[in-house]
Amino acid sequence: MSDRTSSNAYWAANVRIILISLAIWFVCSFGLGIILRPMLMGISVGGADIGFWFAFNGSIYVFLILIFVYAWRMNRLDKEFGVEE
Amino acid sequence: MDQFTLNLLVVGASFVLYIGIAIWARAGTTAEFYAAGRGVHPVLNGMATGADWMSAASFISMAGLIAFGGYGTSAYIMGWTGGYVLLALLLAPYLRKFGKFTVPEFVGERFYSNTARLVAVVCLIVMSVTYVIGQMRGVGVTFSRFLEVKTDTGLYIGAAIVFAYAVLGGMKGITYTQVAQYCVLILAYSIPAIFIALNLTGSFLPQMGIVGSYEPGGVSSGVSFLAKLDSVLTELGFTTFTAHTTNTLNMVLFTMSLMIGTAGLPHVISRFFTVPKVADARASAGWALVFIALLYTVAPAVGTMARLNFTTTMWPAAVSGNALDGEAVAISAFDTDPKLSWVKTWEQTGLLIMTDLNGDGKIQYFNDAPLQAPAKAAEAATKALVDARTKAGLPEAADLTAPEAVAVNGAADAALADLQAKLVAAKAALTDAQGALMVGGKSVADRGWVGNEVTKVDRDIMVLANPEIAALPGWVVALVAAGGLAAALSTAAGLLLAISAAISHDVIKGSFNPNISEKGELLAARISMSFAIVVATYLGLHPPGFAAQVVALAFGLAAATIFPVLMMGIFSHRINKEGAIVGMLVGLVFTAVYIFLYKGWFFVPGTAVYADVEANWFFGISPLSIGTVGAALNFISAYLVSSVTAAPPKHVQDLVESIRVPRGAGAAQAH
Repeated sequence: MSDRTSSNAYWAANVRIILISLAIWFVCSFGLGIILRPMLMGISVGGADIGFWFAFNGSIYVFLILIFVYAWRMNRLDKEFGVEE
Repeated sequence: MDQFTLNLLVVGASFVLYIGIAIWARAGTTAEFYAAGRGVHPVLNGMATGADWMSAASFISMAGLIAFGGYGTSAYIMGWTGGYVLLALLLAPYLRKFGKFTVPEFVGERFYSNTARLVAVVCLIVMSVTYVIGQMRGVGVTFSRFLEVKTDTGLYIGAAIVFAYAVLGGMKGITYTQVAQYCVLILAYSIPAIFIALNLTGSFLPQMGIVGSYEPGGVSSGVSFLAKLDSVLTELGFTTFTAHTTNTLNMVLFTMSLMIGTAGLPHVISRFFTVPKVADARASAGWALVFIALLYTVAPAVGTMARLNFTTTMWPAAVSGNALDGEAVAISAFDTDPKLSWVKTWEQTGLLIMTDLNGDGKIQYFNDAPLQAPAKAAEAATKALVDARTKAGLPEAADLTAPEAVAVNGAADAALADLQAKLVAAKAALTDAQGALMVGGKSVADRGWVGNEVTKVDRDIMVLANPEIAALPGWVVALVAAGGLAAALSTAAGLLLAISAAISHDVIKGSFNPNISEKGELLAARISMSFAIVVATYLGLHPPGFAAQVVALAFGLAAATIFPVLMMGIFSHRINKEGAIVGMLVGLVFTAVYIFLYKGWFFVPGTAVYADVEANWFFGISPLSIGTVGAALNFISAYLVSSVTAAPPKHVQDLVESIRVPRGAGAAQAH
């Protein structure tokens, strides 16, 4: 482990990435999929409204991208701070 | 070759494969038994996690749930996949860095308390046992349908197979077997789905088909698939499939409960102990979701298409036009039309029941919800009068409403006459309801209908009957049988491992005999797993009548206890042992009590305080959704208690510091 200051900076960067990711996670599932759906009925994805599509399919694709982007950014962060295995 | 032989061959071949893999991957050390020696590649680990996670419920029940539930069931889709985001971001990498074997072990060390560890063990065992019962039932039912043996016999065979590879192989054997099981189950799920999508929508990708256009048999109809489904359902008086939820708060909380419940299930979390590095744990959650998504993005298409296929089977005219422009399906067609032979097969299992209520030789399928209460009342009134007449020693009457039906020795009996008046009123109410219920612009009474004649359709048959409904070749039917078994067996094995690890590692080694040798612990793990299999088989044979309710409890508990305690253990230095224990207990008691209020104390029938209907729920929150609130209370009480008690000791704060950075994870260490 590096010194305390840099490990704190590493942790703060990690938490920032987590918070951004969780915001996207929340917006695409709970937001577009449920809460905002009645307002977005006019926008369609094929034969479905966009909220319906996010609830049944779209949010899963976003979840997938989120996890891999998170893993990629964290691996880069590990190297930056020299804490990778 | 007949279907039975084909089923036997395909299912038999899959079992030979699983046992072969188990013998090849026998576990020799505790590290191999609990965590597969931490040598599993992230992609393979993701595949195994997929098989572990996708149970009989995902494979068999989910599409049926969607088919008859509509938009609101998307909570299952989002909830059971969104949990992996939480796992990847909030738990998996840190628990892997911690480098031990079980979830209770982390709780015990982080909160420097054996009490906390034992509370976690109790939560874990309750959740896992609950789950195993469902899997064993799934194995029994699938065997009985496809191998034509008794449900009990099917269960014994399933238990023997799990015993063979889980007890021998531990996590190592289970992991590699699950990879094979994943391949079997995903093929079994996708192949029928692709054929059906091609047949109904002209798109071979089910994910595209659900938002594509409706093209029955390749003929374009000019409307989208979902619009077609909605219009057929509306015509028959059902709620449209895409209608928005009426209780947004409850849907949000339910989805959240499933998400944090998923992230708190110990048998899923322990999969992330098996990868070589912290970076692999992050990617592994992503790979797990890739393989889960292959099924979960298909399930909505399978559900909606099964619903349309089922409805057009009942109303053949609906294929190309309005359902009510044609006649309902004739009962004789189930015998003569080979494409409809699946109806007969499933009627024999009792999971599908059709009753020709009006005796017209056809089966009218429509929404008769407004008729159900008056029909029940009329039935009860009839029974009351018949019982009273029998008690009075009167012979059976041809017409219960005639004056002589209530006459005793030539004179009208006041009590009987009163019951008769009630019966007449109840029948009149039913007739009024039949006159008032409009289907397709005409009342049910005018159409000569009595009620919905599809009196029971078990949602679990949808996936299993799919290849038959789509008239697919016999080997596809056999593959679906093997897939259902693979889903149930892989999940059962993962759960049994989590239970045995909790008993042998957390209870025996952690509390009673810390000096047990590795060989002794391995033996203890195998014995406790064998014991767990016996208990699971027994409970599978004698399932408590409340399996569905208990599953709600399992998810609620995982959401309200395990997930918050793990998250606080990682993201806070300050939460101490008192806070963690109080938090877990508050989450546990609050969630369990709320569920018991509606489902009965400890699920004993008749002890429920409130009827489980939306009108009775506090703030409209269903017992299924309460885990989210339990989790929030857990966080709050843990924070409050921790802030008024002493901070955790230095070595624990150092532990928190060390799990936050990947460097130095190394191999598993026993203590």
